[in-house]
Amino acid sequence: MHRSSEVKHLASDFNTRACECFGQPPVQPFESHCPVLTDRTVRVQLKVLKVKDGSVFFIRVKPDRTGVVTDGVKHSMNPFCEIAVEEAVKLKEKKLVKEVVAVSCGPQQVQETIRTALAMGADRGIHVEVSGKDYETLGPLQVSKIFAALAKKEQADLIILGKQAIDDDCNQTGQMTAALLDWPQGTFASEVTLEADKLKVVREIDGGLETIKINLPAVVTADLRLNTPRYATLPNIMKAKKKKITNVKPADLGVDVSSRLEVLKVDEPPQRQSGVKVETVHDLVEKLKEAGRI
Amino acid sequence: MSNPLRGEVIRLYKNLLYLGREYPKGTAYFRERLKGAFMKNKDVTDPEKIKQLVDRGEFVIKELEALYFLRKYRAMKKRYYEPEH
Repeated sequence: MHRSSEVKHLASDFNTRACECFGQPPVQPFESHCPVLTDRTVRVQLKVLKVKDGSVFFIRVKPDRTGVVTDGVKHSMNPFCEIAVEEAVKLKEKKLVKEVVAVSCGPQQVQETIRTALAMGADRGIHVEVSGKDYETLGPLQVSKIFAALAKKEQADLIILGKQAIDDDCNQTGQMTAALLDWPQGTFASEVTLEADKLKVVREIDGGLETIKINLPAVVTADLRLNTPRYATLPNIMKAKKKKITNVKPADLGVDVSSRLEVLKVDEPPQRQSGVKVETVHDLVEKLKEAGRI
Repeated sequence: MSNPLRGEVIRLYKNLLYLGREYPKGTAYFRERLKGAFMKNKDVTDPEKIKQLVDRGEFVIKELEALYFLRKYRAMKKRYYEPEH
């Protein structure tokens, strides 16, 4: 039982740290100063991505070296996207946005990921059907084109995505979507606050933290320390079954999903050589000399 | 079996079972221990005691959620961020 108490201690330590980041009080007070804002409908559109589960350890390269084996591998929502969903739901709970729409692109299995987002608190889902060969070549450019088209169609004011997908680590979709829509972007957000008509974003950059103020509509990509995503418990999942998921095809949005990239080769990283143990310092020096290192 | 609490207990069991699917030591291990824990208390009839046990179950749910979150957070942090000295 001592193990679970360690977890609890760390979890509470976690929560305090997360609260420190989010230190300022929720922005309810401003609503009374700016009555205009409460009328505004801010629709948040999230991206939800299905990736190979982060705890799966045996990823194998396909025999024809064009990719990685994905059949039968457990898939789940991208961790950064979970953080994005949580942020959107938090904004809705603070009554700063009107509706949260979760979007995902892919084959039928993606519906499960959308259901998880609905269970976390999104209002409805949109499933952009992309299957088979198109799905394997679906990259950030195609996804951002789809998102740009959807954002215009749904008249969303805010798009929140995870900063990168853990399977391809591209870190491009958010930035490309903002460029296609000509919207400002707050990437690597570790804190997001809505202030009057603008969005204040604290970004995690190499040198530390950068605070920027951007106009709405905008694109935000979530970084690890934005919040602590809630777990979709069974009762919430049951409730989420009643929420709607609409199906859309990329062709309906006028988007061409053909890829401009061709994967030439996928290789496993080189096998780690086992080390050699030596008895004395003299032996070590000998071995290093042999290996040509000194 | 006290009727109103029976529903709560069953709901708790279902929630724990659902959470146990991702348990690091394996679903079978978790399910055995869960069933054992519930069966051990199956003859308790005092509603006070049942409420206490249900509360303990909810505490375990929170611990599991924290465990899963920390595991994911630590994995992401290790993969993507420079180790802080």
